[in-house]
Amino acid sequence: MFPPLQDAYRIAPELVLFVFGLLVMLMDPFVPRAHRGITATIALTGAALGAAAIALPRANLGLAFNGLLRIDEFSIFLHAVVGGATLLVILGSAEYLERENLPAGEFYALVLFATAGMGVMVSAQEMVTAFIGLEISSISSYILASFRRDVPRSNESAIKYFLLGSFATAFFLYGVALGYNALGTTRLAQLHVALTSSTPGVLATLALALMMVGLCFKVAAAPFQIWTPDVYEGAPAPVAALLSTGPKAAAFGLLLRILFVAFPSQGERWLWVVWISAALTMCVGNFAALLQSNMKRLLAYSSIAHAGYILVAFAARNELGIAAVLFYLAAYALAKLGAFLLVAHLGGAGERHMEIDDFAGLGERQPVAAACFSVFLLSLLGLPVTAGFLGKFYIFKAALDSKLLWLVVLMALNSVVGAYYYLRVIVVMYMREPKDDAPPLPMSLDLGLVLLLTVAGTLFLGLLPNLVMGYATQAATSIR
Amino acid sequence: MPNTYLLTIVTFLPLAGTLALLLLRREDHEWIRRLALVTGVAEFLISLFLLRGFDPANPFYQHEEMRPWISSPPINYHLGVDGISLFLVLLTTFLTPLAMLASWKSIEHRVKEFFVMLLVLETGVVGVFVSLDLALFFFFWEVMLIPMYFLIGIWGHERRIYATVKFVLYTMFGSILMLVAILWLFNSSGKATTGGTFDLPVIQALLQAGKIPLGHTAELLLFGAFFLAFAIKVPLFPLHTWLPDAHTEAPTAGSVILAGVLLKMGTYGMLRFCLPLFPNAAREFAPYIEALAIIGIIYGALVAMVQTDLKRLVAYSSVSHLGFVVLGIFAFSPISVQGAVYQMLNHGVSTGALFLVVGMLYDRRHTHEIGEFGGLATPMPIFAALYLVACLSSLGLPMLNGFVGEFLILLGTFGAHPRAAALASTGVILSAVYLLWSYQRVIYGPVTIEKNRLLPDIDLRERVILFTLAAVMLWMGVASPMFTRRIAASSELVLNQMQRPEPQPVEATLPPAAQPLAMKADQP
Repeated sequence: MFPPLQDAYRIAPELVLFVFGLLVMLMDPFVPRAHRGITATIALTGAALGAAAIALPRANLGLAFNGLLRIDEFSIFLHAVVGGATLLVILGSAEYLERENLPAGEFYALVLFATAGMGVMVSAQEMVTAFIGLEISSISSYILASFRRDVPRSNESAIKYFLLGSFATAFFLYGVALGYNALGTTRLAQLHVALTSSTPGVLATLALALMMVGLCFKVAAAPFQIWTPDVYEGAPAPVAALLSTGPKAAAFGLLLRILFVAFPSQGERWLWVVWISAALTMCVGNFAALLQSNMKRLLAYSSIAHAGYILVAFAARNELGIAAVLFYLAAYALAKLGAFLLVAHLGGAGERHMEIDDFAGLGERQPVAAACFSVFLLSLLGLPVTAGFLGKFYIFKAALDSKLLWLVVLMALNSVVGAYYYLRVIVVMYMREPKDDAPPLPMSLDLGLVLLLTVAGTLFLGLLPNLVMGYATQAATSIR
Repeated sequence: MPNTYLLTIVTFLPLAGTLALLLLRREDHEWIRRLALVTGVAEFLISLFLLRGFDPANPFYQHEEMRPWISSPPINYHLGVDGISLFLVLLTTFLTPLAMLASWKSIEHRVKEFFVMLLVLETGVVGVFVSLDLALFFFFWEVMLIPMYFLIGIWGHERRIYATVKFVLYTMFGSILMLVAILWLFNSSGKATTGGTFDLPVIQALLQAGKIPLGHTAELLLFGAFFLAFAIKVPLFPLHTWLPDAHTEAPTAGSVILAGVLLKMGTYGMLRFCLPLFPNAAREFAPYIEALAIIGIIYGALVAMVQTDLKRLVAYSSVSHLGFVVLGIFAFSPISVQGAVYQMLNHGVSTGALFLVVGMLYDRRHTHEIGEFGGLATPMPIFAALYLVACLSSLGLPMLNGFVGEFLILLGTFGAHPRAAALASTGVILSAVYLLWSYQRVIYGPVTIEKNRLLPDIDLRERVILFTLAAVMLWMGVASPMFTRRIAASSELVLNQMQRPEPQPVEATLPPAAQPLAMKADQP
């Protein structure tokens, strides 16, 4: 039996990304090094078309491939986040690849494949399909993390990521298998039915626990966050930009589906796990970030802290909480992408200038770059006018709706701790004299465009959130 | 309600000015200064239109504007002024151009950014005073931190980074808990209106009518969260430790705005939110808060007395003077509250003037040490005269503005708490001691340091600044009814809003001990 044509529409973004990924890979040997711009253009077209192709599934909402995938507003929203992230990463990394003399073709192909995998993850209704998406995205990520092959640290980071990541995905798969054993199905909706129709045994709980371990690793939630700073530091900065946004958004999406579609009946059980993990994650992330002197590590710990904030919205266990997760993911992705891609640019050849002190006097040398970076930091810190503030606002609101007062207070205090290290970077940029007379690095047009988009997006979400939040609310109701 | 745009214009005109500034080249220092000043003056003149059509007898919000902004949760763009906020807005728009004039020559470095930050700050502060939506209020409250952070951090003195980070962290710590409280209040309001509301007048009315169930503990916690944020801002002893650092390290314009306007945001918040929304908690805590205020008055004065740094002295005098304001607010008498509002304005003008005076000395000698001066009356006679007016205004000499505010506060407080008033009035004496003593050491006596003999007297620009302020001090001292009659109605309304209806009959039948429990059951 051949699936209907509509199903092809529903996976149009993934198809486009795969086709362009293959195209880039096949073409690469035939493109002379001098003309690597061609590869970049094709990859960019692929990413743009992949993002634009979201319109097709949006017009054809529904189940696809006998219910293996489910295209709903939720999946559309996360497709947009993931697709947008990829587009920005590809746009922002051309300059980096050129400078570091890295093979562009492989890079773009892997980024496109990873994105396709993430797309599968956020639509999956069936755990083995979800696992396939997870693996596609993970394996591409492992290779991307090691992309600066001649830099030992990059290799170290990749090995760490690969070993721990394989364990995590293995845990996830084991959880799926146990779930199948205990409940007789791997489909989310049927898992829910099986869980509510009879008292679930220990195996079902264990299955959930193992799946959560796997996904908590992916989103860098404590106590599975150890890999994050090392991997982000070793990986090329544009890859860190991707890792901290795309796969994270996809893994959060999958976790949302598992917890809210398949296991809502077990809410009382997983609530405390999420509560403790959220509290731990934000504390570990923020307090460790206080001690960092390397910009990439600082951003890595900050992304751990943000995973903790997002988990607070999970703990709220209400519709607003889901919408808040989605809104926060979009807000966070904009700020993190902008920050990492800007750091990739400012780091200079071989990422030599990655210490925070290297940014001294940036406000004087490169006022535009410094101003953009400040916007990203303020958004991560959660000050009004930026998207980060409303993201936090919605999470607070969702958690208070569920009477999680203490978790909210903990998050509030954590964001004050966060203020210290974000502001420290601004202090260095604007209030310290530069160490040496480093000439300002000319910014490429691509990167300028990335900065424009991310800053504009951050301010747009911060001032006029109605559109995005409205869609996120719709998405939150659509998953069930 | 008629929708005018006056408050929107007053709030966002400075922001529009910054956009115009951004179009100028960085090197055009002179034009940047001129454009900024023009914006500031225009802003002041436009804000004067708020007086026109302001009905002094009407205690409610006027010039109201209401537009939907964020749909879910419903956050409205709701602006309005009453007798309390009206003059605080005017104070802001009045001090900002003076602060700009004062920075005309002392800021040579990153001029454009400086004036941009100053104007953004003005928008933030005016926004805080005119917001009638809790979420919008918080929005402005936090936004204002960013320009202040840069003003102190970039153009401040030696220990500026320490001071600015301390300032921001203190403020954020207080305000983030206030955000939680605001959301809590919003959620509780959902029980009375569909979907809940952030609208201050609506929440106030619902709370007063007893339609939003708020248990005793809940009220105490909410009051605590709001009060902490405001007390840090005021700052109330013992939360004042950020203030001497921030004030001393900030550039003159920063100190003027910080002392003149930003501290008032704290006392304004207490008056606007803590009292009308949580009257029971306010009454319960009032004795302790009054005690802290009195400690602040005396402690601030004593510490000011032993300072060798003139700017630090003025900074500590703020701790002392703001103690009076807090005392007046928490005495809950119509006269003392009115006096507190008036004293906010007075303190803005007189401490603003003192910081400007100190700034002028710093421009000449690049030091704040009192010991570095002495006998300045000889080389700078006009300066000496105007400095004296500022001191006298600050210490509360009759005929000048400071007297009216302090007198009203002490008068109102005396009726309720004679002992508190008696203790606080020692602060008046102490302020005379530290201000006049420092004045004497700086201005009188022989010129001990040779450099000081050649100091130029204040030039036209500086004269404009100080004469304007002196005129306002005199005016506010003799024509105080012009101000107080506009303040009176609204400050009385605040006290009326603290009245709560008697418990409903169903609850009244419960034994007294069970009552809190019964209310606790439906708290959020």
